Amino acid sequence: MTKQHPQSGAGTGATSFPVIRNIGLDGMLVTFSDRLGEASNRAALAFHAALEQVAGEDGIGETSTSLASAFVRFDPLCLSHADLRARLDDLVQSRDWYGAAMPSGRKLWRVPCVYGTDLAPQLAEAADAAGLSEAQAISQLGTARVRVLTIGFAPGQPYLGPLGAEWNLPRLKALQQVPAGALVQAISQFVLFTAPAPTGWRHVGQTAFRCFRPGQAVPIPLTPGDEMVFEPVSRADFMRIRARDETGAGGATSERIAQ
Amino acid sequence: MSGLIVHRIGPVCSLQDMGRPGLLKQGLSRGGAADRLALAEGAALLGQAIGQITGPLAGLAALEMAGLGGEFEATGGLRFALSGAPMPATIDGTPVAWNASHALLPGQRLNIGAARAGVYGYLHLGGGIDGVEFLGSRAAHLLAGIGGTVQVGDHLEQGSDRGGVTGLGLKVADRFAGGTVRVVPSVQTGLFAPDVLRRFQDTGFTRGPRANRMGVEMRSGGDGFTATGQLDILSEVIVPGDIQMTGDGLPFVLLPECQTTGGYPRIATVIPCDLPLVAQAPAGAAIRFEFVALEQALAAHQQYETTLAGLRKSCRPLIRDVADIGDLLSYQLVSGAISAHGDRYWDKDDST
Repeated sequence: MTKQHPQSGAGTGATSFPVIRNIGLDGMLVTFSDRLGEASNRAALAFHAALEQVAGEDGIGETSTSLASAFVRFDPLCLSHADLRARLDDLVQSRDWYGAAMPSGRKLWRVPCVYGTDLAPQLAEAADAAGLSEAQAISQLGTARVRVLTIGFAPGQPYLGPLGAEWNLPRLKALQQVPAGALVQAISQFVLFTAPAPTGWRHVGQTAFRCFRPGQAVPIPLTPGDEMVFEPVSRADFMRIRARDETGAGGATSERIAQ
Repeated sequence: MSGLIVHRIGPVCSLQDMGRPGLLKQGLSRGGAADRLALAEGAALLGQAIGQITGPLAGLAALEMAGLGGEFEATGGLRFALSGAPMPATIDGTPVAWNASHALLPGQRLNIGAARAGVYGYLHLGGGIDGVEFLGSRAAHLLAGIGGTVQVGDHLEQGSDRGGVTGLGLKVADRFAGGTVRVVPSVQTGLFAPDVLRRFQDTGFTRGPRANRMGVEMRSGGDGFTATGQLDILSEVIVPGDIQMTGDGLPFVLLPECQTTGGYPRIATVIPCDLPLVAQAPAGAAIRFEFVALEQALAAHQQYETTLAGLRKSCRPLIRDVADIGDLLSYQLVSGAISAHGDRYWDKDDST
């Protein structure tokens, strides 16, 4: 049986989970929580894997995940909203998705990162908002082993977490531009930016890691379930790493996580 | 292989097709033509098959021209069509009709000017433009850094053209000056208070100055449109057509090259058949949003698909003014479409 997770509807307007809702005219979304959490993220990844099995049939198009939801695009002239909803509901009821295992073949990435300085100018502000000194913030963020919760926004771009409760900081109202490789923070998560983009998250670290490498055999190195540590390096070391980087790895290493 | 040499080009012209579905889970939005209807209209004028998402059309790229076209020299004889935002076009100085197919002889120059209405004009070749294919598409995805804008000196080679008539024209829906856009509720609509939703629907917006293939800003004189707890919302899946509020409550309508997830709340989603109207609204154009029921949206979608399927049958030989025929008869066999100005081919209710 699927566990129901009664929660407040803040953030989604829904009152209990999992919930199936329309998104646009030709999409449907199965949401496992409106809060960031291990179980709902595992549920979304496992449910998505099940959806992948039926993608391409009977008007069912592409699928994806977000932090706690699985998405399916469909052809509403070929498959009615009611029929798809019934199908998704059957799948939701078929097992305990919150108890699903993590995907296999996961990797641990260690990525050199410069915190603060002119390269990541909002570290001090973020530390302050979290009630920490800058040194404490670097120590916490620089040792946190975070998981790729989903890939989204831009090609190969990870949402990473969860970070501790002190890092549950709201987004900023004003958007600012950050460069590729920027490590930004909000809502108990990091995002590692693929490309220069506007964001309302705080720019706390800078890496030379490229999340999207067109032309390489593996253009998108990260997969949901992978784990990452952003290890502090000095500004001078970072500049050296970036100057000699030719592959986009930015000095990162990876190893398989034992199952 | 025949094709076009680019002698002059607007700042944001790129190859586009139906995009790359299937990579959403890796963070890459489908992309493709900002005005997918215009892509289909050009294909119809050249007698090309319309693959909806994959299929033959996936191999055929067209040149999407934002606001301003360019000057192109034919390296061999070829057929071409013009669609989308109407732009003045000439072959060796002689005006030719928009929303029509024509022929170019080797060495002839096609000149395309600035949009008279709308934003995105399209230049299609009989064999499609054979750009570099990457992950199943030739479309540039500017946000993701896939492909780029077309530059002076580039060669636009065409694929093999099975041939066909030229001198066909197509009457198209006028979607180049803003208007009323139909929307359906989406997963975050409920986060907006009823009075905010009402005010959103009652507000006359104008398209703001910030617009690209990712999204289009909407402006209004009044307050922003904010949702409860909107700075703490978990990032969620985004689909093209979503109307996203930035931190200060300014709506952006997201287009095919949009981000795949995001945290700023979406008040509603523009239905797919009305999205070309948003993409084509020039800066300053008036836009209104109207919530419609799912059934109504589906009926409109069905009608749109029927229109797409019937585009080829709707193509008609271009009609000339009798007065023009004397001096143009010699041209007719070559291109089938010449006029002193682009609007002369149609009846009085010319759609361009």
